[in-house]
Amino acid sequence: MFADYSMSELGAIFAMQGFAGLILFSVFVLMALGLAIIFGQMGVINMAHGEFMILGAYVTYLVSNFFAAYLPGLFSAYFFLAMILAFIASGALGLFIEWSMIRHLYKRPLDTLLATWGLSLILQQIYRSVFGAREVGVSIPDWMMGSMPVTDLIEIPINGIFVMVLAVGISLAVYVMMFRSGWGKQVRAINQNRVMAGAVGINTEWTDRLTFGIGCGVAGVAGSAFTMIGSTGPTAGQLYIVDTFLVVVFGGAASLLGTIASAFSISQAQSIMEFFLSGSMAKVLTLLIIVGILMIRPQGLFAMKLRK
Amino acid sequence: MKANALFTRSEMIGFAILACVIFLLLPAVLDTFRLNLFGKYLTYSFVAIGLALCWGAGGILSLGQGVFFGLGGYCMAMFLKLEASTPENTAIQSTPGIPDFMDWNQLTALPWWWEPFHSLGFAMFAVVAVPVVFAFIIGVAMFRRRVGGVYFAIITQAFAAILTILIIGQQGFTGGVNGITDLRTLLGWDIRTDEAKETLYYVNGILLFAVLFAAQFVRRSKLGRLLIAMRDQEDRVRFSGYDVASFKIFIFCLGAAFAGIGGAMFTLQVGFMSPTLVGIVPSIEMVIFCAVGGRMSILGAVYGALLVNWAKTTFSESFPELWLLGLGGLFIAVVMAFPNGLAGIWSEKVEPRLLKLIKKSPAQAASPAQQSTPAE
Repeated sequence: MFADYSMSELGAIFAMQGFAGLILFSVFVLMALGLAIIFGQMGVINMAHGEFMILGAYVTYLVSNFFAAYLPGLFSAYFFLAMILAFIASGALGLFIEWSMIRHLYKRPLDTLLATWGLSLILQQIYRSVFGAREVGVSIPDWMMGSMPVTDLIEIPINGIFVMVLAVGISLAVYVMMFRSGWGKQVRAINQNRVMAGAVGINTEWTDRLTFGIGCGVAGVAGSAFTMIGSTGPTAGQLYIVDTFLVVVFGGAASLLGTIASAFSISQAQSIMEFFLSGSMAKVLTLLIIVGILMIRPQGLFAMKLRK
Repeated sequence: MKANALFTRSEMIGFAILACVIFLLLPAVLDTFRLNLFGKYLTYSFVAIGLALCWGAGGILSLGQGVFFGLGGYCMAMFLKLEASTPENTAIQSTPGIPDFMDWNQLTALPWWWEPFHSLGFAMFAVVAVPVVFAFIIGVAMFRRRVGGVYFAIITQAFAAILTILIIGQQGFTGGVNGITDLRTLLGWDIRTDEAKETLYYVNGILLFAVLFAAQFVRRSKLGRLLIAMRDQEDRVRFSGYDVASFKIFIFCLGAAFAGIGGAMFTLQVGFMSPTLVGIVPSIEMVIFCAVGGRMSILGAVYGALLVNWAKTTFSESFPELWLLGLGGLFIAVVMAFPNGLAGIWSEKVEPRLLKLIKKSPAQAASPAQQSTPAE
C-alpha cells in the first residue's frame, strides 16, 4: 500500500496523522481531566459529564453571538471570556447537582451512575428545547482560522494548535490545584482516608461539593474548547462519555499522570490505526485492546497504592 | 407452607396474578396491534429478569445487556432472513439467494458463518449459546480478576459500544445501521399475519413463565442466598471457602441467556433486528426497567418493563418532548426516592393493607390485588 508514495510524501502523511493524533489527544485530555477529578478522587460516576461539557459549549456559543451583535470590536478576544463563563456555569450547575443529588448517593456508586444518567437525559432535552435539535457552530475569530505551512507538504491547522495549547494549560492548572493548593491537599487526604481527614478538621462535605463543582467546571472549559474544532448538538455529550471513562479507568483512576498517559496512548493508537483500517474498525480495535488490557490489569496503568 | 418450597404464599399469588394479566386480561382488552406491542414490551422483561438476578441479587450491574439481547435477536433474524432470501424471492439481485443487504454491498457469496443459520435448530441453539459464550468470556476475564462494581459496569458499557460500532461498520455482513429487516416466514409460516402475532404473543408468554420459574428456582436455592451474601459481603463469602467468581460467572451467563431468548422473541414479534437495540442507550434503559420494578423482584421486573415501555409509547406518541424529561426524572426518582421500585411500594404499602382487608373479609381479597398491581 505504500508503493505509490515517495519517501517525503510518506513522511508527510505520518506527520499529519501524528498531528491528528495529537489533536485527538488534546480532546481526550480535556474531556478526561474533569472526570479524573470527579471519578478518580471522589469515586463518583458522573454519566452527565458529557452534558456539562456541552453546557460549556453552548455558553461559548451564546457569548460569541453576544460579542458579534454588541461588541464586534472585541470579537477576536471573546473566547477567553467565554471560557471563564463556561467554567462558572458548569461549575455552578455541578455544585447544585452535588447538593441536591450526589451527596445522598455517596455510598451507592451504581445508583449514582443511574441517577446521573437520568440527569443527562434531562439536560439533553433542555438543550434541545432551548437551542433546537440542530447542531450549532461558533464563528471562530479570524486569527484562529487557516493553517500554518511547516513544509511544502505538511500543514498544521491553527485551531488545532490552540486546542493543544489549551489542553496543556488546563492540565497544568489542574496539576497546580491538585498538588500545590490547600484544596488539592484536602481532596487527596479525603481520597486516602475519609474518616481520618474529617477527624483532623477537614470539612469533607464542603470539599466534596467543591471538588465536584471544579470537575464540572473543567468539563465546561473543555466543551468551550471543543467549539473551536467542531459543532455542538444536544446529544453530542453522549458520544464522548464511554471514551472518556475508558481513558480515566485505563490510566488508573486516581492518577492524573496516568490519565494523560492513557489519553496519549489511546489517541495515538486510534489515529495510527485509522490510517490502516476503516474508521469504525480502528475504533473497535482500540476499544478491544483497552478492554483487554484492563482485564489483565484492572487497576489501570498508573495505580496508586492504597489501604482499603 | 414449608420454608424450602419453591414459592412462598404471597409469591404464589403474585405469579398467579401475573399469569392472569398476561394470558387473560391483556388479550381480552387489547386489539392485535396493541397486543403485539405488549408482546414486544414483554421481551424486554426477559432482560429485566436477568438483571434482577445479576444486579438485584448478585450486585453485578451490567450496562451491556443489550449486547446479549441483540446477539439473541440477530441469531434469530439471520435464520429468518436466510429463509426470506430464497433464490426465487431475490431473483432481481445480481447474486440471487443471498440477503438483500449483502447484495447491495457487493458481496457475491454468503459468508461462512452465516451458513449454519439455514437450520432452525442451530439458530435456536445459537440464540442461547452465543450470548452465553460471550457472557462466559467476559465473566471469566472480569470476575477471575476480581473486577466488579463500577469498573464492571463501565467495561460492559464499552462492550455495548464495541458491538454497535462493529455491526454498523460491517454493513455487508450485518445489514449495518438498518439492521436485518423484511423478515417474512418461520418454516413457511407467515409471521406477519394477525393470527401469527397472537400465537407468538402466547408463545412469548409461556417462555416468559419458563424463565420466571427458572429465576425463582435460582432465587430460592442456596445459590440465590449465596448471591445475596456476595453482594453484601463478598470477602466473607470468599473466606468461607466459596468460589465467588464461579457463582458470578454463572449468574451473568444465566442473565445473558434470558436476554438472548428475549431478543429472539423480539425479532419474531417485531419482524426486524437493528443495532439501535444493542447500544449503550437501550442497554441502560433495560436497567431502568428492572429498577422501576424493584431490583430484587423478578415479578417486579416484568411489571417494570411493561410500565416503562407503555409510558414511553404513550408519551412519545402525544408529547415527544416530555418523554426524555420523564425518563430522566424516572431514573432519578427511582434511585433517590424508591430504591426498591414497584415491588417495594407493593410490599411496604399495599400488601399490609391488603392483609388487613383479608383478615376482615376474606372473600374480597383477590379482586383489589388484581387491580392495584398493573395500575401502579
